[in-house]
Amino acid sequence: MKMPLQFRVNGEDYEVYVEPWKTLLEVLRDELELTGTKAGCLAGECGTCTVIVDGKAVKSCLMLAPQAAGREIMTVEGLAQGGKLHPLQQAFIDHFAFQCGFCTPGMLMSSKALLDENPHPTADDVKEGLYGNFCRCTGYVKILEAVLAAGAKPRG
Amino acid sequence: MRPFEYLAPKDLDEACSLLSKHRDEAKILSGGQSLVALLRQRLVSPAYVIDIRRVPGLDYIREDKDGLSIGALTTHRTVETSPAVAKRFPMLAEAEHRLAHRQVRNWGTIGGNLSHADPGGDLAPSLIALGAVIKVVSAKGKRTVPVAEFFTDYLVTVLEPDEILVEVAIPYLKAGSGGAYHKESIRAGDRPIAAVAAVVSLDGKAGVIKSARIALGGVGLTPLEAKEAGKSLAGKKATAGVVLEAGAIAAREAQPTADVEGSVEYKRHIVGLLTRDMLNLALTRAQSK
Ligand SMILES: Cc1cc2nc3c(=O)[nH]c(=O)nc-3n(C[C@H](O)[C@H](O)[C@H](O)COP(=O)(O)OP(=O)(O)OC[C@H]3O[C@@H](n4cnc5c(N)ncnc54)[C@H](O)[C@@H]3O)c2cc1C
Ligand code: FES
Ligand code: FES
Repeated sequence: MKMPLQFRVNGEDYEVYVEPWKTLLEVLRDELELTGTKAGCLAGECGTCTVIVDGKAVKSCLMLAPQAAGREIMTVEGLAQGGKLHPLQQAFIDHFAFQCGFCTPGMLMSSKALLDENPHPTADDVKEGLYGNFCRCTGYVKILEAVLAAGAKPRG
Repeated sequence: MRPFEYLAPKDLDEACSLLSKHRDEAKILSGGQSLVALLRQRLVSPAYVIDIRRVPGLDYIREDKDGLSIGALTTHRTVETSPAVAKRFPMLAEAEHRLAHRQVRNWGTIGGNLSHADPGGDLAPSLIALGAVIKVVSAKGKRTVPVAEFFTDYLVTVLEPDEILVEVAIPYLKAGSGGAYHKESIRAGDRPIAAVAAVVSLDGKAGVIKSARIALGGVGLTPLEAKEAGKSLAGKKATAGVVLEAGAIAAREAQPTADVEGSVEYKRHIVGLLTRDMLNLALTRAQSK
């Protein structure tokens, strides 16, 4: 049986009707057609599905959709503003921090949550904040450099 | 996932009455960090999911007169970063720091972690060694269970189907006491090869161990207390020899099975070494308090 679900995603209010056994990941991708958030392991391990819920990075594959009701969600689609990439996105490009790109949306959202909490992280802080995100291509070094560079910039 | 009916009680009373009505047909949902995976794999297929996440009054860390009380819906991340936890029980903050990773800690709760009863869970060993108790409520009333008696089998606890874990209460350590916990794992944050928590109390003047409790994770069907190892230390002077001997006893008390984390022999070996190391760290902390 479908139930109403109201929440805010990337600053916009949504009301959708969903089956309560759907995850937030499924609702974002299938109902809202926000397919930037990737479905990887579906078991909480890989981090490709990471979104920000009320300011905290969570794995949307492990959040039951009704738990998102009334909450503020941010996905990778919400990073760029007015056609301009977010400084983290630009840093990922400048530092060659992706190859296939599958992990990138999750990496960006974990990094965003990290920088919001800790605007000038050390390398250890970044490793800790991105610990739940796997990348099978880059070897992580470039990602680390990108996040450190974004963190080093003064941010308005 | 198989379809279920989703129920979101507005308070603890309503949650209790829903549970007493649906009992075995219902599953409680807190953070879902374990339950959603079980639902997806159809290892459980409840007719009702009772989401207590928004039930008010279960998300707190309180410094009471005799101990620290932590509400069931407190997230791992809140425990990890709590100044009160860091001050009173650094071993618990350290355990949280190596539990999974940031995203799981942001949404998973301590009530869900303990109720899920994974033998490799990171909180149970410290809570057992610290003598913590679990508070439980149901429509019929309340009861209190020591964490050491909470786990009965693989993923099974003493909780009845209509009961909700509401709080963990940890008595403060007395002066001259200290504790330590470490999980040995392939990557930090992974399942344990073995994990050991140790808490010791010293007899101030004599440098003699008054009492010690040692608990093990990931080496049995449940988290285990290594009772004989703990007892072997009582009344002894804290020498390298007695600490090593306690490690050897704990290694025998462990009940590991062979799996990807290691062989039975290897896991016992790790239990022995970790017991030695955690006792030494706990003793250092006890002497400085
Ligand atoms: C990728 C990953 C890695 C992990 N690594 C670790 C690790 O290293 N160490 C570790 O300790 N844990 C680890 N976990 C497990 C995690 O700590 C637990 O899954 C989580 O804390 C459970 O809490 P929850 O609130 O999400 O519970 P839920 O998933 O909501 O519930 C878990 C179980 O407990 C029951 N339940 C929940 N709350 C209550 C309550 N208040 N009263 C009675 N029953 C209740 C539910 O019905 C269910 O059976 C990991 C999980 C994931 C996904
Ligand atoms: S898809 Fe969610 S963690 Fe892998
Ligand atoms: S860029 Fe391919 S997985 Fe990270």
